[in-house]
Amino acid sequence: MSIVIENLTHTYMPGSPFQATAIHGVSLTIRDGEFIGLIGHTGSGKSTLIQHLNGLLRPSSGRVLIDGKDLFAKDTDKREARRKVGLVFQYPENQLFEETVAADIAFGPKNLGLSPEEVDARVRDACAQVRLDYDTFKDRSVFELSGGQMRRAAIAGVLAMQPQTLILDEPCAGLDPRGRDEILGLVRELHQTRGTTVVMVSHSMDDVAALVGRVIVMNRGQVAMDGTPREVFRQGEALRAMGLDVPEAARLAARLREKGFDVPQDAYLHGELLEAVKRIVGGAHA
Amino acid sequence: MDQSDKIVVQGVCYTYQDAPDAALCGVDLSVHAGEFLAVLGHNGSGKSTLAKLMNALYVPTEGHIWVVGMDTRNDALVYDIRQHAGMVFQNPDNQLVATVVEEDVAFGMENIGVPPAQMRIRVDEALRAVNMQDFRTAAPHMLSGGQKQRVAIAGVLAMQPDVIILDESTAMLDPAGRREVLQTVRRLQREKGITIVWITHYMDEAAQADRVIVMNEGRIALSGTPREVFPQVERLRELRLDVPPMTELAHDLAAAGVPVRADVLTVEEMVEEVCRLSSKT
Repeated sequence: MSIVIENLTHTYMPGSPFQATAIHGVSLTIRDGEFIGLIGHTGSGKSTLIQHLNGLLRPSSGRVLIDGKDLFAKDTDKREARRKVGLVFQYPENQLFEETVAADIAFGPKNLGLSPEEVDARVRDACAQVRLDYDTFKDRSVFELSGGQMRRAAIAGVLAMQPQTLILDEPCAGLDPRGRDEILGLVRELHQTRGTTVVMVSHSMDDVAALVGRVIVMNRGQVAMDGTPREVFRQGEALRAMGLDVPEAARLAARLREKGFDVPQDAYLHGELLEAVKRIVGGAHA
Repeated sequence: MDQSDKIVVQGVCYTYQDAPDAALCGVDLSVHAGEFLAVLGHNGSGKSTLAKLMNALYVPTEGHIWVVGMDTRNDALVYDIRQHAGMVFQNPDNQLVATVVEEDVAFGMENIGVPPAQMRIRVDEALRAVNMQDFRTAAPHMLSGGQKQRVAIAGVLAMQPDVIILDESTAMLDPAGRREVLQTVRRLQREKGITIVWITHYMDEAAQADRVIVMNEGRIALSGTPREVFPQVERLRELRLDVPPMTELAHDLAAAGVPVRADVLTVEEMVEEVCRLSSKT
């Protein structure tokens, strides 16, 4: 499944004194099976962009094509698009509302008109994917869960729709390091084992560096950079000027090069810096 | 008890109503005047409970807490305590109440009856201190997350507190917002001598503190300067925490036989170490 965004512009409250253009002339192609990190400072247009991908927002101009079909054409079934593209909002646990974990996860599939058996199978599968033991948690109130468990239950509700593309808006915000690792681990697994296309909005350059194959940087409503983490994170100065940052390993690489050491220009991973420093220091000791 | 300590926690336990176990138990801690104390710990480790006890939002089940010499068990002192130890929370949208920035900053003072002329002066000072004076008449909802948190800090600052407690106040911000809030708080500590209790999940923020405590299962598991605490890489991992990336790199280099200092915290320190080691013959 592919998503093509063509020259997309979105203006909030047009014609009013509060008129604001949040994204401006954005064109992107999201290919099947990609894992994309979407970064940008607050207000850069990330959230506006992702809300177009499943039709929650209608473009002011431009088009969004899902598998070649214009999402907003008259004959397009938007429900179908919303089923294919699952969107996990920020702090999704705030949207849990059913009495039990299982009922909450079942809400979406039930509305698809599936049989009770099929709904149950989907709930079990979604629970397994987010590592919530079905028998332990199915009858629990969502309010008896820890923060990390609530977050996973909320994500399970989206996964139960079996989306081909999963979009997550800062899925680790407010979690502690372990909670973060759990969420990132399950997203990675979903991408690797089920081939789900993933678009992850994140403020953590380290999380992005560790996971994604492609980084899209938004700035002032436009795509400022689009490339592999290697291509993007070598542009530390430009990223900082946009209120962003690079992983610390990339900063170390840049500083060591300034000092005249032989470090690959595009190194940004912990392991790469470990090897580079061992080589530099080892040479001196030899 | 050292009279100059701003907050003294002595043998404190706290159990939430109907909870089977104590959220906090046997905690002893002194927060020294003018220090920047970072509190780390995974979710559920007791760090937010500790913060709320320091602000008299909760009263200890056992033990005592004194805030600037005032016992938080004394109901009559609750408002004095909150004036002396102000709190900034995680979500910027949940703590701004007015429709104009300067009115929001004045809100706390209105409640304690500060004279209007005095209020005007304090609002202006507080907004200058967080570098938000140009946004005096702006609507809070039009501000960025970092700006909102700075307004929240100004509101606390206008109460002329001795201590500011920040409970994960950067968790919802982008990198630029995080930097601006941390820099603001460090400047207040340096220039105004305000004592800071900084609760966070971000190790790079804690690395800038004077002292770090790590909470685990309701107790203080580790305590010391960042240089003492962070090199304990294995122990921190057991406590479900991260290690600052450069400290982790130093740890892995040491494991590979490179004689690097274990207490490296920042990129600049790592650069120095590489220069030092590479010039050896």
